[in-house]
Amino acid sequence: MDRSVNLLDLALGFDEPSPLRGKVVLIEDCVETSGSFVLHQMMKRVLSPHSSDALIFLAFARPFSHYDRVLRKLGCNLSTQKTNNRLVFVDMLMMKCSDGDDNVSGVAKLFREIQGTVRKLGNVTNRNITVMVDDMSLLEIAATNSNSDHVLDFLHYCHTLTCESNCSLVTLNHEDIYSSMERPAYLLQMVCLADIVIKAEPLASGLANDVHGQLTVVNKGMISSKSGKGSSRNKLQNFQFRIKENGIEYFYPGCSRS
Amino acid sequence: MADSIFRKLRDGGEEGELAPALTIEETVVSPFALDVSCYLLANLSSSILAGKSKSEGLVLVTFSRSPSFYLQFLKQKGIVVSSSSKWIRVLDCYTDPLGWIDQPSTGVTEGPSLVKLNKCVSDLKRLFSSVIDAGREMVGDGKTRFSVAIDSVNELLRHSSMPLVSGLLTDLRSHAQVSSLFWSLNTDLHQEKVTNALEYISTMKANLEPFCPSPDGKRNALENLFLAHQDFGKGRFHVRFKLRKGRVRVMSEEYHVDQTGINLSPISSAESVIAATKSLIPKVHFNLQLSEKERVEKEKVVLPFEHQDHGKSTEIYDGRRTLADGKTEATPLSSGELQADVVSSGKGGEIIYFRDSDDEHPDSDEDPDDDLDI
Repeated sequence: MDRSVNLLDLALGFDEPSPLRGKVVLIEDCVETSGSFVLHQMMKRVLSPHSSDALIFLAFARPFSHYDRVLRKLGCNLSTQKTNNRLVFVDMLMMKCSDGDDNVSGVAKLFREIQGTVRKLGNVTNRNITVMVDDMSLLEIAATNSNSDHVLDFLHYCHTLTCESNCSLVTLNHEDIYSSMERPAYLLQMVCLADIVIKAEPLASGLANDVHGQLTVVNKGMISSKSGKGSSRNKLQNFQFRIKENGIEYFYPGCSRS
Repeated sequence: MADSIFRKLRDGGEEGELAPALTIEETVVSPFALDVSCYLLANLSSSILAGKSKSEGLVLVTFSRSPSFYLQFLKQKGIVVSSSSKWIRVLDCYTDPLGWIDQPSTGVTEGPSLVKLNKCVSDLKRLFSSVIDAGREMVGDGKTRFSVAIDSVNELLRHSSMPLVSGLLTDLRSHAQVSSLFWSLNTDLHQEKVTNALEYISTMKANLEPFCPSPDGKRNALENLFLAHQDFGKGRFHVRFKLRKGRVRVMSEEYHVDQTGINLSPISSAESVIAATKSLIPKVHFNLQLSEKERVEKEKVVLPFEHQDHGKSTEIYDGRRTLADGKTEATPLSSGELQADVVSSGKGGEIIYFRDSDDEHPDSDEDPDDDLDI
């Protein structure tokens, strides 16, 4: 087995070229266990030197320098990718201020921007474009003060990109923000849209030194128009992880090496 | 049973009657309404093409998937749709429902094209007339009828209120040229009253229920998704028909979803339930259940508290001589002679016991020592 492919990659189907083409991935995490490392790992996968795939990154949570530092530890230089036109980093930290009162058109404007970038990047043949959002709850806060509908509209439009240009859409969201709600429509809608849901949570059995949490990957794999692809439909996988200095170790429960 | 839904949709309603309507209900744990819609779509299309259906055309209103997805799907099923096809029209409410994308044309595009773009989803009156126009374009103004399929009303409900949406659906049902209508709904996304209202205006309801129903209701729809384990993709498919006489009939089947789509099979009664529960038991190193042989042997064991002499009634000694005892031992035990005789003959001992009084119940709750003066 290829040593560079870990359990999460296998669960996502990275043993084949561009498995996420036209798919929507939702990463759900909570305060106790952040899921951003999954996002970092997927960034690294998309920007791997073996492919020509491109990434559009909407950063609501952190500045570029943060991702640059993290990805450098994982062995991927974001600045070089930026100059190679494989990474388009959209700094959204200031979106709230620049937007003014007309929030709806703000989201629409953002989408048009993404659409334009997708068209520009899509010139290279056999290139898969991934749109990543870190994270959705901050987009919700930035775009609207009370109504999450505009963000859902935005999400819907991003979903059209997956059909139209075969883009992948990867989003991160925090589940516990909605834990007090009876029916968190926003979160449920995102889960419904997603083909793959990855959930990062603390160990059910409590804190442990050598295990930092567990990941559950649900591959809903909607009925696809491309025949024969994606044998992992309706699969649910569960494994644990340990965050190390420059990488993540994944293992099945009870199989930790340390 | 899924066939009977399909037949009802194919045959449509009688003239002057409301068209039969089907709600396909899914949840977050069993998100397979799309598979059911695709199944119905493929069947309806082939029956329309074969001329077996009462309707002669199909208007597909897409909200959750792009038109190309459906056309590709039909192609996979061997139904080729070209732009000159006279039996299908797609109303595209997916690509640009709010008019965000800059394009020269506004609103519904003109011309007899296969796919029409609708850019204003919240205007339901316009949506209604576009559906009817698209249908008329295929079958003409006369009495010929067509079917309508809406792939997800969730998007509609997000943009307009529930009364408006149910109004639109009722308008479509009561239109003379609409022969049948179906739509799908994710029940987790909306209030229960929305689900109930849409169920009420439909003649059939198809419900996808996962094998492991949630223990605490709908609140933890998300957590249930992660608890589904290996049963994700399998479950029960319930259909409720409202018959014309006013009776209601409920039928159930099992579904299993794989790469090719949804597969329905009759419920294999108890076996499947046992199989389902067996698979729920975690794999451990010891046996939680008995094998058949062990079970038979276990049943043979007579427990000590059970009466072992067959044919005799169960007796529990309460300290009194029973009637039967009285007959066999006619000699009064109080006779001293007999006692001495027995003792002297060395035949064995005997315990002689006289109850103090017959009033006292042998198992009375009274403390027997409460009159002690210590």
